[in-house]
This record gives sequence, structure tokens and C-alpha cells, in this order.
Amino acid sequence: MPEAGLPAGAAGATPLKLTAKDFKSDQEVRWCPGCGDYAILAAMQSFLPELGIPRERIAFVSGIGCSSRFPYYLNTYGMHSIHGRAPAIATGLSVSRPDLSVWVVTGDGDALSIGGNHLIHALRRNVNLKILLFNNKIYGLTKGQYSPTSELGKITKSTPVGSTDSPFNPLSLALGAEATFVARTIDSDRKHLQSVLRQAAEHKGSAFVEIYQNCNIFNDGAFEVLKDPETRDEYVIRLEHGQPITFGKDGEWAVTHPPGAFGLQVKRTAEVAADEVVVHDATVDAPAYAFALSRLPDTDLRNTPIGVFRAVDKPVYDDLVRTQLDTAKAKVTRGADDELAALLGSGDTWTIL
Amino acid sequence: MTKQVRQLDRVVIRFAGDSGDGMQLTGDRFTSETAQLGNDISTLPNFPAEIRAPAGTLPGVSSFQVHFADYDILTPGDTPDVLVAMNPAALKANLGDLRPGADIIVNTDEFTKRNLAKVGYTENPLEDGSLEGYVLHPVGLTSMTVRALESFEISKKDAERAKNMFALGLLSWMYSRPSESTLRFLERKFAARPEVAAANIAAFKAGFNFGETTEDFVVRYEVNPAKMPAGEYRNITGNTALALGIVAAGVRSKLPVFLGAYPITPASDILHELSKHKKFGVTTVQAEDEIAAVGVALGASYGGALGVTSTSGPGVALKSETISLAVALELPLLVIDVQRAGPSTGMPTKTEQADLTMALFGRHGEAPVAVIAPRSPADCFDAALDAARIALTYRTPVILLSDGYIANGSEPWRLPDVATLPDLQVEFASAPNGPDGQFLPYLRDEKTLARPWAVPGTPGLEHRIGGLEKADKTGDISYDPANHDFMVRTRAARIEGIEVPDLEVDDPDSDARLLVLGWGSTYGPIGAACRALRQRGLPVAQAHLRHLNPMPKNLGEVLKRYDRVVIPEMNLGQLASVIRSRYLIDAIPYNQVRGLPFTAAELETMLEEVVKNA
Repeated sequence: MPEAGLPAGAAGATPLKLTAKDFKSDQEVRWCPGCGDYAILAAMQSFLPELGIPRERIAFVSGIGCSSRFPYYLNTYGMHSIHGRAPAIATGLSVSRPDLSVWVVTGDGDALSIGGNHLIHALRRNVNLKILLFNNKIYGLTKGQYSPTSELGKITKSTPVGSTDSPFNPLSLALGAEATFVARTIDSDRKHLQSVLRQAAEHKGSAFVEIYQNCNIFNDGAFEVLKDPETRDEYVIRLEHGQPITFGKDGEWAVTHPPGAFGLQVKRTAEVAADEVVVHDATVDAPAYAFALSRLPDTDLRNTPIGVFRAVDKPVYDDLVRTQLDTAKAKVTRGADDELAALLGSGDTWTIL
Repeated sequence: MTKQVRQLDRVVIRFAGDSGDGMQLTGDRFTSETAQLGNDISTLPNFPAEIRAPAGTLPGVSSFQVHFADYDILTPGDTPDVLVAMNPAALKANLGDLRPGADIIVNTDEFTKRNLAKVGYTENPLEDGSLEGYVLHPVGLTSMTVRALESFEISKKDAERAKNMFALGLLSWMYSRPSESTLRFLERKFAARPEVAAANIAAFKAGFNFGETTEDFVVRYEVNPAKMPAGEYRNITGNTALALGIVAAGVRSKLPVFLGAYPITPASDILHELSKHKKFGVTTVQAEDEIAAVGVALGASYGGALGVTSTSGPGVALKSETISLAVALELPLLVIDVQRAGPSTGMPTKTEQADLTMALFGRHGEAPVAVIAPRSPADCFDAALDAARIALTYRTPVILLSDGYIANGSEPWRLPDVATLPDLQVEFASAPNGPDGQFLPYLRDEKTLARPWAVPGTPGLEHRIGGLEKADKTGDISYDPANHDFMVRTRAARIEGIEVPDLEVDDPDSDARLLVLGWGSTYGPIGAACRALRQRGLPVAQAHLRHLNPMPKNLGEVLKRYDRVVIPEMNLGQLASVIRSRYLIDAIPYNQVRGLPFTAAELETMLEEVVKNA
């Protein structure tokens, strides 16, 4: 491939002294006033300059849904594709263009309902994609039906007497697919959001980030207990790599291993010995640990961990594919036309005079 | 004893046996030997979808037919001259297709009471006189093979399995075929098991020598080489030719090829073949499903590769939404549909050409794409290059309609001179094209109406594209009524304006009043039928469409030249209905959907009726 298929003269990239303004496109942002997407967009625009990657080497691919309008508002390359298929399309782009930083923006319906298959396969392959799932637990663009993350019994336009579907836990699903980087953050917590984006960007391979996002029209306040200064300390577990997992206003809650049982549990810090408190380690090879963390929240969102659950190094699909190509290409000794002529004439041939 | 040698101009042989008897391999080897000799060849494999249907049953019968001649031929032949039947099921399933007086070589060891009962024979047909109209050669293929291999240290099962090589040796003797390529092949195939290789070679030689010595075979035949254009040849199947055409398109466009595919009969061989050619920069992704397969291909096209996806009808149905996206994005995309009998799962290993209307119209909205179809196995190579030319020049999805018949069938292919293959190089956009120094992703080339291909990584051309309707030139989201009307018409005009060569008509004496119009794999049988009619003094013209969308500009004029137009298709009249509606002529459809190609004889009979009643 001629230098990743770039046209001649493309090598001189744009200067890297970029600011948030450089990443704003000329398109008018058209989400509902008050939508959580605005906060995520602003956080992304002010984070992107940090990457040190020129604009033209960044591509955002999205599916369908409110969140999937995201690429239009960023002055990078972008594709607003079709419902659920962004991980597949982005896989083709990422594998064929290792010089690009490829991001997928998706929502709970897009990624977990219509596109569930592509999501889990991108994750199990460990394609070099940064996948941002904006989870608002509702279908917004189609005006308010329940989504695959809506709680059982949810009353919506399509479930007037309550949803009979059990929801997906997106992080458990990603971990079940053995995703190598799994994190959760919240739209309104800009600092935390950017810190998670930073770690996702640095990760080699698939990075899966669930962002709790408020839909103020159809599912307002879905995550309010995690945001309200009155409640958030009691509800949110902030994961810090290498730190004991405690939370609460005064650290009165601790995550521990229940004796003789699977998983993790929350106990009063005062009731457990210091060495019984789990010290967070995102690099644990087995996904079971991060999976146990993902199971901590109650249906009322009590005990919701945010931060990086898992970040492990595994072979990256793109690299494996490229190595096979490069190994084969290294054996080529002739010009392409000669090589082609040899291929066409391989096997049993005969000559007619 | 000295055997009589008789010259023939053409022979059709059908090898038939149980799915596990190795008939495809046997036929393939016989074909290769025949190619070495310089005969013209056409082959037709026919096998069940089940990998191992119950042994000895009719559904488990697998066959391979090869037609070879000292002149150029167009089909695998209607009626076999020779049947090799490895068991009673193979005899029963194929007997009806033979010409009267055909040679039948049967493996008598398999004609046991139990095997006969399995397929409903109450009497042994080898003994009850029912085969009197044929020349029967009863041979104990299994027992003679086992005896020939007594000195080898291989299992009885391995020895029995070599019976197909015994049969191949016998046929190779009978038709004076050179055996070197088969011996080399066996050494390669069993390189890891030298004892098995030696045993198979011994079985082959035992079969050959049996023919030489037994009194049952008194005549040996020869078929002289065919007069074909000078050059280097190889025998090739449609799927292989298609894959090599895609590799060639990558080389000649200097673009990396990126194939996304999900395994599906009868298209999987394209994925298998392309996965071997990484040194040409060909990436293959076996995707999680058909939708992802076309998705990764489109993503790669967006990044500046030649994106390709290969599948069969059920896969095209699943890909249709992504093909629509490619229509809106106006990016190159090659979609290969190796058609099989439908609807639904249908008959996966059987041929049909019933996906034409799906290719032409099977998407939501006004979503025209280019559609082309190869006419024969070797033609798949040129068709793939042509499809790539259209996709790259016009930035459009192209659907290439092959089918099971030409995908698995084979014929000799004269190797092209690589330097004369079309130059498919394209230019990516590298600088802003707008009047104020901005980049307009939907500002079109005046001639082709193609938009710039601006690949990520190009500084200054950052832009967003998507499935939402776009404003002319800027590509911004637009709900403007006039703009939508303009964009729909412009996308249609871009496809309608694709340059395709004029349709050529084969009307040797220019006196025909009947035109036979076909497309795709029916070229061979239609051509053979037309030849036969002309030899009998009945004038008939033949024209065959490669380009189904857009159609050649002279098609309307050609159609109007003839009193009658007959359109034979392996569907219920899909091309015929398009031709009737577009050109307002009373075209006569002739249709058959049996999962098998037309025979030349049935087309000849049908066309004769039309000529005489004209």
C-alpha cells in the first residue's frame, strides 16, 4: 500500500498547536437544549488537542441515534453511517489505515440492540477502536421507546404497562467479550470524562467506554443520584488503579471479597480489616475481576463504579493482520505486474502454438 | 493384445459416486490431464449441500461432468457418452441423462443386495437386462484396487478409498490421457503420507494397465487437440478467475484490496483464494456476519482501498442497507453475488440467475447501482476488472452476478498479457476544490459525475459524510425538497452515464429474424443451440448482455432490428420483464428453474419452434 494510500504531498501534516476551537466544525449543533451530549462534545473538543494527532488523522464513525450525530460537529474526518454498523465499518477503516486514530460513537440502542453483534466481535478481536457508548437508557431519536438498557418495568410509549425486557449491563457484556479496555464515566463530570478518554486513547486495541448521558426529554434524571452532590458520594465508587476501593462521604463503604462466594460485595469499612479491602488493579488478566466490579450496582444505581475497570495488553487485531501482510510482502522480489503474471500462470499450464 | 484406436471429435464423461467417493477430485484430475493435451474443455460439478449425506443414497450422489473436444465448445454437454457409476445410487441418479448406447462403467463390488435396496432396486440392473440399450462394463473397482495394494502398509480403508484413482487410471487409458500431472499431483497431495501417495499412484497405474489388458475394453479413443488461439493456457473455475481478477484490479489500480466476507456456498472459494494473496496487499476479513462483511469493505473503501465483499443471494439481501449507504456516500464498492437457487436457503449448491431484479432494484429509496455479469468461468476474470473499473471511476457500488454454474465449472483460459490489462489508477483528492478555498466533497467531475475521493489523512480536506441526504456540492445535511430531487436524479444520471461498450450481435449471415438475448451463465448453452440451428440452415442471432445496468446504448436499436426476441433465463423472466418495460417490445421469455443449466438441446428445440412459427 503506497504510504497508507495517501495522495502525494499529504505527508506535511497540519501544525499540532491545536485548541478546542480547531475541532469545532461549521455545523450548527442540533441536540435538544439541555442534552447531555453537549457536555460530552465540549469535553471531547477540548480533549482532542491533547492527543497531539493532526485533525486529518482522526476519524469518527457513528451509527444512528442522537449520539451518532456527534461526527458532524467535529472538524475531523467523519462518517455518520447506518444503524448499528459503525463498529464493522470502523474495523475496515482501522485495519486498512493504521495511521489513523479511529473513534466510534454509539448509543445504547445502536450498540446493544441492532448492532450488538458487531460490538462484541470488534471487542473480542481487539480492533484498534475507541468505542464511546452514550447510554441514556432510552430511544431518543425515535421519541421515547425503551432501550436494551432500560430497567425492567420501564413505562414508555411502546411499553405503556411496563417493559418486560431485562436490561443489558453494557460493561458486563463487553467484559464477557473479553474487551481489553473497559471503563465508565458520566457526561456531567468533565474532569473524570476527559481522564477516561485519555486512558482510552492511550490503550492499544479496543477501548470500550460507557458514558452515562442524560436525555432530559425522554428519560430525565436517569443518573441523577450519581450526579447530585447530596447523593453521589453514597452512590458512586470511583475506581483508582492501585488504590483500595472505598467510597462514601467519609470512605465508610468498602468493596471486599465475600468469603466462600463468587464476586464482590460492599461492606461497612469499619467492619472489615484493612487488608480485606480490594485494591483496584485494572491489569488483572482474567476478565472475571472486572466483571465482578460491573455487577456491583443495585437497580437503584447504588454502588455504581466509574473509572477504568480493565486495561490489559493483548495482541491487537490490526497489528496481527498487518504483520501477515508485511511478512508476505517482504518476500516479493519482482515488480507487481511480474508478480501478477506469475500468479496468473501458476498451476498446470499448457501452450498452444 | 493390440487394441483398436478410434478418433473422436468430442466426448462427455460423467463421474458419479457417493459424496465420499472423491468424484470431484477424480473429475478435476481427468480435466487437468485433458487440458494438458490441448482439448477444449467445459466442466460441470454437481454435488449435494450435505457434506456426507447417508452413504449409498440418492441424495448423497455427487458427480462431475467433463466435456472435451477437438474444437471450441460452449457447454459441459447435454448427454454423457460415458458414465462411471461407483454404486447403485450413482447409476440410478444419472442413467436418465445418458445418450442411447452410452458406455457405463460400474463398480460391481457396491451392487450388493443392501445397496440395491437402499435406492429401490428390487432386481440387480446389471443382471435384469434393463441396461441393454447401453454398453455395460462391470468392473470390481474396489476389490481390484484392494488387491493391487496388498503389498502396501496402509489400512484397508485407505486402500478402498484409492478406488477412484483406479477408475481415473482406467479412463485415462481409455481416452489416451497423459498421466504425468496426476502422478505429480498425488505426490504433492499426500506429501505427508508417502505410503498413501505411493498406493494411490499404484491404484492409478493398476487401473491404466487393467484397461490395456482386459478384454472388456476393446477400443481406445483419442481426441485431438482443439485449434485454439496461440498462447499459454490454464484450466480455471469461475470463482478462481474472479478472485484473480480482483487481485489484478488491485495491481492495476495500485490500491490495496480489502475483502470482507462471510462463508457461504457457493461463494466461499473466492474468500479462500483471496486469503492466499497477501503479498499483493490483499487483506481478507472473515467477518461476523454478511452485514459486517460489507461494512468492513465499505470502511476500507472510505480509507482509500478497493473494498470488496463476496457472497450469494441470502448475503446480498442482508447487505442491502449498507449498499444503499454506499450509494449515498458515493464510494467504490464491489459486491459479488454468486447466485444460487432460492428463495431462502433454497438449494445452495444448485445454480440459478434469479437475483437480477434484487441487484437492480432491491434497495430502499432510489438507489441505483451498476450491475454486470460474466458469461463463462474464464470470463469472470475480465468481469472482475470491469466491475473494478466502474466502481473506481464512478465511485459507486457495483454488483457482479456470477452463479453456481460458472463459479464451480471450468474451462481453458488463455493467460492475458498483464501489461495490456486496463490501467485502473485513480487520483485521490489532495487539495480544496471550492471557490473560496474550502473543500466541497460533493462537487462532481463534469464528465463522470463522480465526487472527489478524499481519504482520511489528507490535510485540509476534513469533512463529514453520511447516509442523511446531502446538499449538492457541500455535502451538508439537507432536507431541502429541490435539493433532494436534484440529488436523486444526479445519482441516477451518474449510473446511467457509465460508459459500457455497445452490444455485439452474432448473426453470421445477417439474415436472422430471431434474436436470442441472454445474460450471465446462459451464454454457453444459448451459443451451442444457435450454432446447431445455423448448421441446420435456420438463421438465428445471438446477443449476450454483460452490462445489466446501465445497459448498452445500442440495445434498443438492436432489439428493433429483429421480428422476434427470445430471452432464456434460469428464473421466471426477470430480464425479460425489464426489457419489455424499458424497450416496449414483445420479448418472449423462456424460463427454467431446476437448479441446473439449460441444455443446448432443449434451447435448440424451443428456438426451432419460434423460428418456424415466425
